[in-house]
Amino acid sequence: MNSSRYRPGNFILEIAAILLAIVFLSPFYLVLSNSVKGLKDILIDAASWPQVFHWSNYSKVWDAINFPQAFFNSLTITILSVIFIVLFSSMAAYQIVRKPTRFNSFVFLLLVSAMIIPFQSLMLQLVRVTSLLELRGELYGIVACYLGFGMPLSVFLFHGFIKTVPLELEEAARVDGSNPYGVFFRIVFPLLLPIIVTVIILNTLWIWNDYLLPVLVIGGNKDLTTLPVAVTKFFGQYTKKWDLALAGLVMAITPILLFFLSLQRYIVEGVTAGSIKG
Amino acid sequence: MRKTLRMQRGWGQQIVFLGPCLLFFLTIVVTPFFLGFYYSSTDWNGLDLDKAVWTGAANWKRIFMNDDKFWESLVFTLRFTVISVVAANVLALLLAFILMTTLKTKKLLRTVFFMPNVIGGILLGYIWQFIFTKGFATIGELTGISFFQLPWLGTPSTGFWGLVIVFVWQTAGYMMVIYIAGLAGIPKDLIEAARIDGARAPQLFKSVYIPLIMPAITICLFLTTSNAFKMFDLNLSLTKGGPGTSTQSLAYNIYAEALINNRYGLGTAKALLFFAAVSLITVTQVWLTKRKEVSA
Repeated sequence: MNSSRYRPGNFILEIAAILLAIVFLSPFYLVLSNSVKGLKDILIDAASWPQVFHWSNYSKVWDAINFPQAFFNSLTITILSVIFIVLFSSMAAYQIVRKPTRFNSFVFLLLVSAMIIPFQSLMLQLVRVTSLLELRGELYGIVACYLGFGMPLSVFLFHGFIKTVPLELEEAARVDGSNPYGVFFRIVFPLLLPIIVTVIILNTLWIWNDYLLPVLVIGGNKDLTTLPVAVTKFFGQYTKKWDLALAGLVMAITPILLFFLSLQRYIVEGVTAGSIKG
Repeated sequence: MRKTLRMQRGWGQQIVFLGPCLLFFLTIVVTPFFLGFYYSSTDWNGLDLDKAVWTGAANWKRIFMNDDKFWESLVFTLRFTVISVVAANVLALLLAFILMTTLKTKKLLRTVFFMPNVIGGILLGYIWQFIFTKGFATIGELTGISFFQLPWLGTPSTGFWGLVIVFVWQTAGYMMVIYIAGLAGIPKDLIEAARIDGARAPQLFKSVYIPLIMPAITICLFLTTSNAFKMFDLNLSLTKGGPGTSTQSLAYNIYAEALINNRYGLGTAKALLFFAAVSLITVTQVWLTKRKEVSA
């Protein structure tokens, strides 16, 4: 934007930006450093670096929230939902783009309009529908819910992308005798890779962090408790016991932070692409 | 014969490709949506899900005549939305401009500012509950700055500003990335031309940058407005609507009505109004900003 040389002005801006970044990061420092302190040390001075490391905070919380199980539940629900969202929404978008009948255009309009509906406006009736269909408290039940809620945005993103895929490629394959399913899965689907990455990332962040839907649909089935739900329950029981609460928080945010830091380029680009097209 | 075969194949393809998507979408989203119109006029609770008693206009009367908390939460939500949307977008735009200049730590900074966004609202709320109640108190003792010595989250106004601070902290980096994409799309020669014509920084900002990143502004305002208006997770974990009910957002008020007071029917009625409000606000906002979009 400005000239690409590094001038004194840039240096001052850089310092200002770094200071701001430190302010942005300071909550993480406070949470991390206090998570290995004893409760007394936290209450005396929350800003200092721990004198004595109480690693036992972590082992206590590990068992109290049954971390391995909550983590594994979140992982299973997220992975299963994302796989089927990608598959079903890309197929639907392909059909809508290539066969733009009046019915299919209407379906598309319906999906796009549904994006505006807030979750609160559906949740209570959803409890009724899911208990009627015996989806409540079941793994396939919550995955089914994520499939339903995930369709609008994902179909919309695939729709926008598939419109740019040239028809000639598919026609060539069809002349060679491929059936429509072969054309889609062998020719079209691999071409969708960039938007597949976007769809995977947006849905993963949403499902992994989601709180209210698991609470409502999983209900009393403790074997399916997800990480955000487990942490919330834990916080309800351990208010003011910050030593344990903070260790629990660190454990809960670590997986998603690692996911972000290892794939950050794709995530930042994917999220941007998703919102610019969406 | 051949024609029917082809038609059959067309139907088969329609069902295979569109069927699964429609099945889940209709069951999980469309059916509950339309059921909402029925349940909003019933007396219904969570303990007896299959017993809803039609009560006509009773829920609506109650909301409009006898539910101050609901309207207080609407006012709270509107105020929260306006303030946090402005604050988040101003900060995001500022960050985007800074990161568009030549900086050595540009990539690292982008990562840092974006990072809070990947953590869910529930966990962010708990993190900040600690920062506000214990972290701020310590900083206040060490520095003596009165800002940190306020009773954070303990009064309606510190609760309100606490929510604004966390929302902005969570959202600004995300919007920054969208603004950067918008700024990067402005042709360089256009800026040069404006410079040569003698445009100074404020003019350049107002008459060149802003009109040209209008599409990005539309998106960011849409995302922040709808997220702020629908704020729930953060509300639940940071203030639980308190002290009292002074920091209840609309979404939280609906949640509390249904899942704490166990009045599902009334909750559904409120949720229907909530849907109407969200649609009205976001559609108006997109319509207003879209009109201002120009092409370079």
